[in-house]
Amino acid sequence: MACIEARGLRKSFGTTIALDGIDLRVEEGRIVGLIGPNGAGKTTALDAILGLTPHQGELKVLGRDPWTERDQLMRDVCFIADVAVLPRWIRVSQALDYVAGVHPRFDRTKAEGFLVKTTIKPSSKVRELSKGMVVQLHLALVMAIDAKLLVLDEPTLGLDILYRKQFYDSLLNDYYDRSRTIVVTTHQVEEVQHVLTDLMFIQHGRIVLNCSMEEVESRYLEVMVHPEQVAAARALKPMHERELIGRNILLFDRVDRQQLAALGEVRTPSITDLFVAVIGNQAGQAQGAAR
Amino acid sequence: MSTQSNAMSESFQSQSVAPAVMPATRALYWSVRRELWENRSIYIAPLAVAAVALFAFLISAIAGIWEKALKLDPAQSREAVAMPYDMAAGLMMLTGILVSVFYCLDALYGERRDRSILFWKSLPVSDVTTVLAKASIPLVILPLLTFAITVAMQWIMLFVSSAVLLVSGQSAAALWTKLSLFRMSLLLLYHILTAHAIWPFPLYCWLLLVSGWPRRATFLWAALPLVAIAGVEKIAFHTSHFAAMVGSRIIGAATGIAFTQGDMFPTGPMTHITPGRFLISPGLWIGLAVAAAFLAAAVRLRRSQGPI
Repeated sequence: MACIEARGLRKSFGTTIALDGIDLRVEEGRIVGLIGPNGAGKTTALDAILGLTPHQGELKVLGRDPWTERDQLMRDVCFIADVAVLPRWIRVSQALDYVAGVHPRFDRTKAEGFLVKTTIKPSSKVRELSKGMVVQLHLALVMAIDAKLLVLDEPTLGLDILYRKQFYDSLLNDYYDRSRTIVVTTHQVEEVQHVLTDLMFIQHGRIVLNCSMEEVESRYLEVMVHPEQVAAARALKPMHERELIGRNILLFDRVDRQQLAALGEVRTPSITDLFVAVIGNQAGQAQGAAR
Repeated sequence: MSTQSNAMSESFQSQSVAPAVMPATRALYWSVRRELWENRSIYIAPLAVAAVALFAFLISAIAGIWEKALKLDPAQSREAVAMPYDMAAGLMMLTGILVSVFYCLDALYGERRDRSILFWKSLPVSDVTTVLAKASIPLVILPLLTFAITVAMQWIMLFVSSAVLLVSGQSAAALWTKLSLFRMSLLLLYHILTAHAIWPFPLYCWLLLVSGWPRRATFLWAALPLVAIAGVEKIAFHTSHFAAMVGSRIIGAATGIAFTQGDMFPTGPMTHITPGRFLISPGLWIGLAVAAAFLAAAVRLRRSQGPI
């Protein structure tokens, strides 16, 4: 059974179309990065998956309809929406009590074990904690829940670089075990680059790229072309071209590596560069169509 | 949260299947606890008012003002002796109403304003459980709390006045015979439950429902429709049934149905309770049906609402 399965997922707010017929399938055990520019529909897609917003089209998460069965679904799904959703008045001990009280799969000892490694005191109120500590607390609560799917929506927004690094390290070392599925959206693409198993680009409510990281590596190649070879390289129809310190860097999709090696230095593009290429092209096409 | 840890092996151990079912009452219990943590005014306000009332009584006891009541002729004396007790109880009930109103207006609003609704909704607690937990505050928790604090306060008042009498070399027997606190407490409990919990419950549910809807100014959204309906009725039909109905729910008109009243206070010696008449009164059941409809609407509203 797929962890998340959507067919023709649509959602509009008035005349604004947030999700324009999304088809996607996330298998168990994957770490999926959902990347897109602001207003692309990332959060709306996650809201639909979490049962926070009604939707049109077919959507099953762990075999359930999230909108009608949110409470049952949340036994197996955890989410960290963004930094500031823990109630500011709650004490750390109260948060542990409450989650232990309502969640059948919460392991309190485990959460306390995570918290001991931080400087968070059980008697502190959330309002007394720093932003980074609040995220540590939320992560400790979530990692102590034996869930099948973890959804993270901009989990490290506004955190300093140490906390951000620690966040993903904890997640990988202390939580991820190949039977769980993680879906994460973020703007800090370079941070999740080495964490992800799958990559999804979303723009204007549509999925514009959906492939595994192995596929990214085998499909996309970036070449720093020798100046004299630029014309030859352009003839191979790159999907994107940019200039860096006087050198032309061309990004190719499904072009033979041997062939490219003759034109210059070949390497796998970073997600950021791929993002700019894919999303930039889409934007260009949209502008062209408008003209 | 160190990155170097043996938690990987721990997480494998905990993979053993935990029971995924929890009784619904457990989620309800913790949801009510959460309300008490979040809204500490639920118990702090009645306690503070009780302390103030006790302080006022202490002044009258020390100054000897209260003792004059004992020396009146028997018919007036009972009423005069019981007066501060009834007044204090009335103050407590007024506090209960005020706390209920402000609690309900914030119930589904506060969690949207501080975005914590996203945290609550990430846990396996249904919207029905959450709304019922919130509705139980004005229907069950606050009335029982008000009652318990009031009774404790009245006993302290009785002991204080007895002590004052004994210190001044008089007998406290007359005071204890004139004041039947056990009977008064039972009547008080019945009065609080009928007139201050069940009867105004539809109004509290209305406030709860409205708190789940606007982005700001919940009080306006709650009050204006009522004012508008009453105004339209008055202008169009020259009647004021709606205003009278709402008013009767606020000030506990149930007293007239649940009691045959012979005294100024429902805890007086001439009062008799009439629970049968209360139970068969259409006003009770219509009110409860309206309350149920408001709560059902509040559940639907909470399901679709997010942070503001």
